[in-house]
Amino acid sequence: MNLTLKIWRQKDSNAKGQMVDYKVTDISEHMSFLEMMDVLNEQLVNSGEEPVAFDHDCREGICGMCSLYINGEAHGPDRGITTCQLHMRMFNDGDTITIEPWRAAAFPVIKDLIVDRMSFERIQQAGGYISVNTSGNTQDANSLPISKHAADEAMDAATCIGCGACVATCKNSSAMLFVGAKVSQYALLPQGQVEAADRVKNMVAQMDLEGFGNCTNTGACEIECPKGISLENIARMNRELMKANLL
Amino acid sequence: MALDAKIPKGPIKDKWTDYKNNINLVNPANKRNIDIIVVGTGLAGGSAAATLAELGYNVKAFAYQDSPRRAHSIAAQGGINAAKNYQGDGDSNYRLFYDTVKGGDYRSREANVYRLAEVSGNIIDQCVAQGVPFARDYGGLLDNRSFGGVLVSRTFYAKGQTGQQLLLGAYSAMNRQIARGKIEMFNRHEMLDVVKIDGKARGIIARNLITGEIERHSAHAVVIATGGYGNVYFLSTNAMGSNATAAWKIHKKGAYFANPCFTQIHPTCIPRSGDYQSKLTLMSESLRNDGRIWVPAKIEDAKAIQQGKLKPTQIPEEDRDYYLERRYPAFGNLVPRDVASRAAKERCDAGYGVNATGEAVYLDFASAFERYGKEQAKIHGIKNPSKEEIIKLGQKIIESKYGNLFQMYEKIIAENPYETPMMIYPATHYTMGGIWVDYNLMTTVEGLYCIGEANFSDHGANRLGASALMQGLADGYFVLPYTIGDYLSQDIRTGKIPTNTPEFDEVEKEVKDRIDFFINNKGTKSVDYFHKKLGKVMWDKVGMSRNAKDLTAAMSEIKAIREEFWKDVKVPGTANEMNVELEKAGRVADFLELGELFAKDALIREESCGGHFREESAETDGPQKGEAKRNDKDFAFVSAWEYKGEPADAVLHKEQLEFKDIELKQRSYK
Repeated sequence: MNLTLKIWRQKDSNAKGQMVDYKVTDISEHMSFLEMMDVLNEQLVNSGEEPVAFDHDCREGICGMCSLYINGEAHGPDRGITTCQLHMRMFNDGDTITIEPWRAAAFPVIKDLIVDRMSFERIQQAGGYISVNTSGNTQDANSLPISKHAADEAMDAATCIGCGACVATCKNSSAMLFVGAKVSQYALLPQGQVEAADRVKNMVAQMDLEGFGNCTNTGACEIECPKGISLENIARMNRELMKANLL
Repeated sequence: MALDAKIPKGPIKDKWTDYKNNINLVNPANKRNIDIIVVGTGLAGGSAAATLAELGYNVKAFAYQDSPRRAHSIAAQGGINAAKNYQGDGDSNYRLFYDTVKGGDYRSREANVYRLAEVSGNIIDQCVAQGVPFARDYGGLLDNRSFGGVLVSRTFYAKGQTGQQLLLGAYSAMNRQIARGKIEMFNRHEMLDVVKIDGKARGIIARNLITGEIERHSAHAVVIATGGYGNVYFLSTNAMGSNATAAWKIHKKGAYFANPCFTQIHPTCIPRSGDYQSKLTLMSESLRNDGRIWVPAKIEDAKAIQQGKLKPTQIPEEDRDYYLERRYPAFGNLVPRDVASRAAKERCDAGYGVNATGEAVYLDFASAFERYGKEQAKIHGIKNPSKEEIIKLGQKIIESKYGNLFQMYEKIIAENPYETPMMIYPATHYTMGGIWVDYNLMTTVEGLYCIGEANFSDHGANRLGASALMQGLADGYFVLPYTIGDYLSQDIRTGKIPTNTPEFDEVEKEVKDRIDFFINNKGTKSVDYFHKKLGKVMWDKVGMSRNAKDLTAAMSEIKAIREEFWKDVKVPGTANEMNVELEKAGRVADFLELGELFAKDALIREESCGGHFREESAETDGPQKGEAKRNDKDFAFVSAWEYKGEPADAVLHKEQLEFKDIELKQRSYK
């Protein structure tokens, strides 16, 4: 395949960015999208230009590092996958592909297609944990039975990889799917109950402080989420917050 | 320097308890005056950072990613072993110890492995307390499954994402300490060298990957937890950024590198499809429970398949070679990882591979569809079902067991594995060699520790499934926090370590000179060009099957690639900005040295051991004819290499392994 790529180039967080056109040729349909980017970068390095900076690491859909906004969709046109799992067979010979970084004020651009997701870190540091000593002197794991249903639901919420596709795709740049998933994991487990009220209050307060917008129930986040995190988690977070504020 | 493993005296089951009772402790008020650097924040580094901070030390943690949650520990799928004996099937600390030593082909240290087994149960308690959502049964208790080569159910799991969930547990413990100010987290930072003062590790030089700034960080002790070096092969199941730089740099500053040639090759990866390929994807080993592995029996059929003229479904049963079932009737498709890997390579090398590159074998579920389908038809009372009905019923069962894997395969290969057999091929997965450490997890440099996959200690020559996660967390949560305290108890009067000393000046200059070299070198070839070239030599000559002639050739070929690299590498951009090519250049420079030492280590090990088939060391007769032959008389040792400049000049030190509690036995899978 021969393709035209329109890619956002931005030297650093202070520089003004712009879209730049590139051509790539002989792209195999078996390549992953990031391998296609590797081909472009090899071409740029060989001609003495700076390669396009983009985030990636495990390339098997679990680390949550990759983050491209492709033709106006987070992680590109396929459903239920990250960008590293997107394959070129989803495109046609002669296509023009637009590639941008995640778009959200709380995710400032560091360089080219790489954004700063430290706001997610600070939200988790505000309470996304259970306050237990790491000494190993905890009670035997089976002394606190947890229903299979609750454990499975907590697992579904915990599946979030923190990639930020939910924020990038939301018209309000809301982080509620991410925060909802984190709050839900602990809210569903007995270990997390003691500090549940403080946790949800602190995490939501930090989320607001970081400049994320609110949820208006559009549901785009759930559709673009590579791990299928459900909107129910947002509802649960809101319930937890209401409960925390009332009690 | 003579190697002293510092193994405590006494019976194996009391060693760790006695040790803990007799070490020196640091008073809580003094812990506040002690700084520790932890490099790498995966399962080992993350759990260590959280626990050391919890104890009261000041921790500085470094990660090249933007968050500790992205460390490659996250990609582990299967599970974590622990000797809890919840199933009442006879498990015990001793059995886990025994299985791990045997699984490591008797090339690991007994005392370390026993301790690993001993603390394994605590790991599960700790993780559950942190809210790790392990699988539960309907009674609300923890569920277990069994892993290859083991007779008990001791593997705890969280769907197919156990590594992710365990890492998130350690990460949440870190977040708690970051919020308290006890961990200072340096994201997007890479350690580029270690600084020694009076022979002790006292700090590191790191590069801020966003600004390019070179920073000095001091501490009373330095912990390396940067994972394995599988990317020396270029193509592996490791994350793209996984690298050996921190481990290699401390090796050059005096830490011995142990057993570099011990890597684990995993048999069930999705095969390579072309030269552009950046990495390999693992398919869970559990697929071998129901899949049958075969290649065409006739070479002309294999050729036709390679050329796309024939489909696997067109080959009749009698023209298929189920080579694992043929060679290993007792274990069949469930032989250990190394045996399955070597057997696949043997068939492909002989020309029977089944894709365009000739490097793939089939993993076929057709007979499982039929077997399960017939059973389902009986269960549901369907009389005289058609073949199609049976297959459909069977596919449903397979889907419920491995649906996500089948889907992942289809995404990557664009073939429906329910209709045509999957293609698989072995790939480099986990490295068992690493920095040599004593029982305290201290390297041959005082105050410099190494934990998790980055060290060599617990796995010997052939890691079993579900062991790596266990070692990472055991080291970080429960071992290092004790052993490092004993060392630091000598440091309570030292005070803050200054960074404006000649030692820091000198190492910072080395680091900066190297970066300047890359930026100013007017070469013509990209970093990846050299990395791929190295990877090809490693795979062809230092891979699963090795011989003296190829290993010797590999050493000189790698040296030549290295020389060409330093002459002709090209790195665009500048040093004072985010520069991804510059990061890669430094890492590949280190792989080019490590690769040669790796080949040298393989060359001296004239025995087949674990995953490594030394062609000169095979059984010559009897029922084991042609199979791998280990040599305990001459090679029951850890090879620990001392840096002396060129990798070819490295000096070998041997730590003789003693087996007092377990009898050495040859393995047999016939």
